Amino acid sequence: MSFKCVNQRVIRKDIVAKVTGRARYTADRTEREMLYGALVRSKVAHGYVKSIDTSKAEQLPGVIKVVTYDDLKAIKFPTCGHPHSVIVEKRDIADKTVFTNHVRHFGDEIAGVVAVDSYTARKAAELVEVEYEKLPVYLESEEALQEGAKEIHDGSKNIVKEDEYELGSDVEPIFESADYVLEEDYDISPVKHCHLENQIAYAYQDAEQRIVVVSATQIPHIVRRILSQAFELPYSKFRIIKPYVGGGFGNKQDVVVEPQVVALSLAVGGKPVLIEYSREEQMVATRTRHAVKISLKSGFNKDGEILAQKAVIVSNGGGYAAHGHAITETMAGNFMQTYMSIKNFKSEQITTYTNLPVAGAMRAYGVPQISFAVESHLDSIAGMLQLDPAALRDINMTEDDLNNEFTGVDYSIKGLKEAIERGKERISWNEKQKAYQGQIGEKRKGVGMACFTFDSGTWPYYPELAGANITMNQDGHLYMHLGAVEIGQGSDTVFCQMAAETTGVSYDNVHINSLTDTDYSPFDTGAYGTRQTYITGQAVVKAAEIIYGKILEKAANLLDVGSEKLDVADDYVIDKASKRQLMSLADLALNTYYNEESGEVITCSVSNQVKSNSINTGVCFTEVEVDITTGKVDILDIFNIHDCGTVINPDTAEGQVHGGISMGIGYALMETMLFNKDGLPLNDNLLDYKLPTTLDHPDLGADFVETYSETGPFGAKGLSEPTTVPTAPAIRNAILNATGVKVNSLPMNPQCLFENFKDAGLI
Amino acid sequence: MLKQINITLNGVERSVEIDERESLLEVLRDKLYMTSVKHGCGVGECGACAVLIDGVAIDSCIYLATWADGKEIRTVEGFEQDGELNAMQEAFVEEGAVQCGFCIPGFLVSATELKETNKSYTRDEVRKALSGHLCRCTGYQKIVEATEKGLEKE
Amino acid sequence: MFDISNYREALSVKDAMTYLKEDPSSMVIAGGTDVLIKVREGKLAGSSLVGIHKIDDLKGICKDANGDIHIGSLVCFTQLEEDEIIKENVDYLGKAGGTMGGPQLRNIATIGGNVCNGVTSADSGSMLVCLNANLKLSSIDGERIMPISDFYMGPGKVDLRAGELLTDIIIMKEDYEGFTGKYIKFSQRRAMDIATIGCSVMLKQKGGVITDFRLGYGVAAPTPVRCPVAEAFAVGKKATEENAKAIGEKALEDVMPRDSWRGSKAFRQQLIKELARKAIEELAGLRGGQDA
Repeated sequence: MSFKCVNQRVIRKDIVAKVTGRARYTADRTEREMLYGALVRSKVAHGYVKSIDTSKAEQLPGVIKVVTYDDLKAIKFPTCGHPHSVIVEKRDIADKTVFTNHVRHFGDEIAGVVAVDSYTARKAAELVEVEYEKLPVYLESEEALQEGAKEIHDGSKNIVKEDEYELGSDVEPIFESADYVLEEDYDISPVKHCHLENQIAYAYQDAEQRIVVVSATQIPHIVRRILSQAFELPYSKFRIIKPYVGGGFGNKQDVVVEPQVVALSLAVGGKPVLIEYSREEQMVATRTRHAVKISLKSGFNKDGEILAQKAVIVSNGGGYAAHGHAITETMAGNFMQTYMSIKNFKSEQITTYTNLPVAGAMRAYGVPQISFAVESHLDSIAGMLQLDPAALRDINMTEDDLNNEFTGVDYSIKGLKEAIERGKERISWNEKQKAYQGQIGEKRKGVGMACFTFDSGTWPYYPELAGANITMNQDGHLYMHLGAVEIGQGSDTVFCQMAAETTGVSYDNVHINSLTDTDYSPFDTGAYGTRQTYITGQAVVKAAEIIYGKILEKAANLLDVGSEKLDVADDYVIDKASKRQLMSLADLALNTYYNEESGEVITCSVSNQVKSNSINTGVCFTEVEVDITTGKVDILDIFNIHDCGTVINPDTAEGQVHGGISMGIGYALMETMLFNKDGLPLNDNLLDYKLPTTLDHPDLGADFVETYSETGPFGAKGLSEPTTVPTAPAIRNAILNATGVKVNSLPMNPQCLFENFKDAGLI
Repeated sequence: MLKQINITLNGVERSVEIDERESLLEVLRDKLYMTSVKHGCGVGECGACAVLIDGVAIDSCIYLATWADGKEIRTVEGFEQDGELNAMQEAFVEEGAVQCGFCIPGFLVSATELKETNKSYTRDEVRKALSGHLCRCTGYQKIVEATEKGLEKE
Repeated sequence: MFDISNYREALSVKDAMTYLKEDPSSMVIAGGTDVLIKVREGKLAGSSLVGIHKIDDLKGICKDANGDIHIGSLVCFTQLEEDEIIKENVDYLGKAGGTMGGPQLRNIATIGGNVCNGVTSADSGSMLVCLNANLKLSSIDGERIMPISDFYMGPGKVDLRAGELLTDIIIMKEDYEGFTGKYIKFSQRRAMDIATIGCSVMLKQKGGVITDFRLGYGVAAPTPVRCPVAEAFAVGKKATEENAKAIGEKALEDVMPRDSWRGSKAFRQQLIKELARKAIEELAGLRGGQDA
């Protein structure tokens, strides 16, 4: 396949705005007479508010209004950014109210203050006196599930949902007859997204009394729907505007701050009210990556053939349901997807309520957790059998066409096998993997690898729908309106490339506004699920094809030749055979718009529903050096090789891979959310929560195996989320290669490695 | 606690009334509309609010505005010369070093500070010079590469 | 906006001393990187502050006729690391300061602030303790000079009396001349972090024998501490790997690390041993310059 604009390193559409400071994020916009909101947050992790005294706050000069749970109708709404469903049972759990007197985690919202400036608002929020009746605090799923535990949500038994599945034959007899059985327990800490822009939004009522919400969100259309639920008002009563967004990683796929600003704005007669979370609020009162405990059991033969696997997954959901059981289900659905040759699987999974901050979507939606278990477990098995871990993987993978029986999706992992071969060569796997075994001494090197498979979009878990409007302006340029959401990942850029490729309009002449506005942007569920390139991309191509057809039709009329003889390239209508330029698109557009007889706007609006998925795959290889005496791990080399189908833009694709690896390094070695026994946070700031810095990374590598997706636009699959999936298990496996020690918890920080090395007798 | 301060902001002399309790970040954003200067953490841990004060990169969130009196402040808004991006901005564009962009003005401030030393730096030195900025999108890879490229530009 | 009740800008040492005398409840703010964060957290909310940021007299580093080094309390960590006098005589102190925070913080955070903050994790603390640094404390009623180890009284507590200002940090010639030194900061990440353990070693050797030895730690006790037992043990020993290890182990008798969520006591003890060993090995030329 050869392309002119797709598959090329074009300059991002938004990059000049971002290096000059012209890109306006939510905090950079303002309204006249802006008021500022601050929230009164729970200082206990579980309890009832016995009494609340707002008088001191109300007396503070500059305070306009204090609103508590008592002042608002207690309407329950869901917060998670899933598509809505017409089937009531499939809808998300509605367990959240704007403010509450039953607080379920530290930082839960009790009341809000509106004041003339943010300093006064925050000061007033501190002056609100709250007395609590404390309830038992459960930080671990096991505690919340104990007989007689206090229900965090009435009637829930502290279970969001539990279920199980079996594929193939009953695994228990297979374990009995296998040569070997290995059972391992993995304990994975909760972590945070840490996008640099905190949650922020403001709301006001416009001249027609509609409620306008400007928010740093990944899901403007879903925000509109959830606000409609939360305030029992029609969807169309709300207008959501999404300016430039400073990162989301799934945390802005929940509706968190928006109902709060709407409630406060309505309480002051629709005046604009802005809430910007502090970093500390962001750490406890948005979403986390689920803390998960996974037990994996495998039965296998001495030659490395794995016969059956069983997973027991316990996900700690925190104080509210948010994404419900969906993330845990995704773990279960992904558990067997890479190594289908194993054939016999059983998975039991449960999501619990606890008094941790609420868990939700975070880059790769549960797959990092299950992959850490699956890929670590493989290396443990390889170690038992004295097999090369790459060879063990090869034995249990197949190039046959596959079907995930849990999701029903057909796929193949041929690209993954090629990626593994390329990666082995790049890191000199065969030499190093052997040479690094059985080292002694203070510093030891090791190599490790881990694979993944990942969905492109959310079908068949959720319906996939995207709209696209494209207009050719009077100068022959294209202008696109999409409901898809640019949050930094580069989606606007790849959509423009697709439109340019399809129509023959040059990339520079395809325009898009980074801002999404539900009043003007067509429906699209938003930025999540590694869906936009694959799903919205198809809508863009569909619309661009219509525009291309219109160009040919108009040109045929104007030039009086058959449209089949024409094509478009470099902003000109050309003769298909000779490539000769016949008419500029500027002329064509001008003549079409202003034709006195048959003037026409060159525009189209499409809707595209997608009922397919295109599994993308990849592998991470890494080489590490471990200091046995201190538990410090130095990453010497690390790279991912992805099969994401056709790479639409190599620059932005590499950027995604680097960012995913970086987040994976943090997950593997540094990051964890810590709480004391009462559920109060210990490291809710960017000093104590250890995000990697420039000095904690080696050079990061990104490479691609480009298989062609039959369903994706220009053969593309998704890429963004899974880039972070294989990092942690690859590093864990490299530590195993270096030291012979199996570390089965995250993060593998120096304290953790010290304990592991001590237990193993290395210290 | 109001007070008048005089600063040179991106080459222009400005006089502004501040509250002595205000951070330079607040004054730059709310009173002088330099919105490239971002609030990320409020405690000098993320570097999104860095500005050049007399040529030195400082986190403006923990710098009292009153200290800026009489000083020269530069932000990314003032980096362009005659409509041309500065060497670092240009390199960041060419290398595609930007994703969400929220941390980028801060990085550009430190990268420009480095460029103005007219010295050469190893990759490790570049990494150290940028280590006061957090980025969650890029893994720093293209940012480091772009900074090196910017250092090489005329 | 910061919750500050009053702010006065001192333009000279005399100004500062006067303001501090006038309002004994007020406290000094230098670079602000600790004070403003504590104000924001609420720990110092409502404080009355005397700003010394603009006092140029406190920003110098010089060597006097005796060879003693004077470091003004407003010297920032970037300046400390780049200063020629420091590089020539006590480069390890400059490098220790160079591990603090990140570049923007080092551009403004001052050594005086780092000392007066009184925390055990201060990256300049254990090295200044090893250097037997003396502190000049000035007030309108006079001045006094005291050794830094006496100045540290407990976690976050220093012997700074009402009305006093730290103006000068003095390192005597005999405390640095002939020594090599090394600070190893062990932290979870390589920038923007506080030490899990900070280890400072100063050493003189002759003919392969350790003739003088100083060992200090941060985060191994409530304040930065010296290790008299390990130091006495080390002097006269041959500079060998075995002895480096033995000295590191001996240091455990001098320290009292504690359990916290940042690191367990056992892990800190491990680091206390190992960091000393690594630093000694490096200073004695027993290893290839590997950093911790």
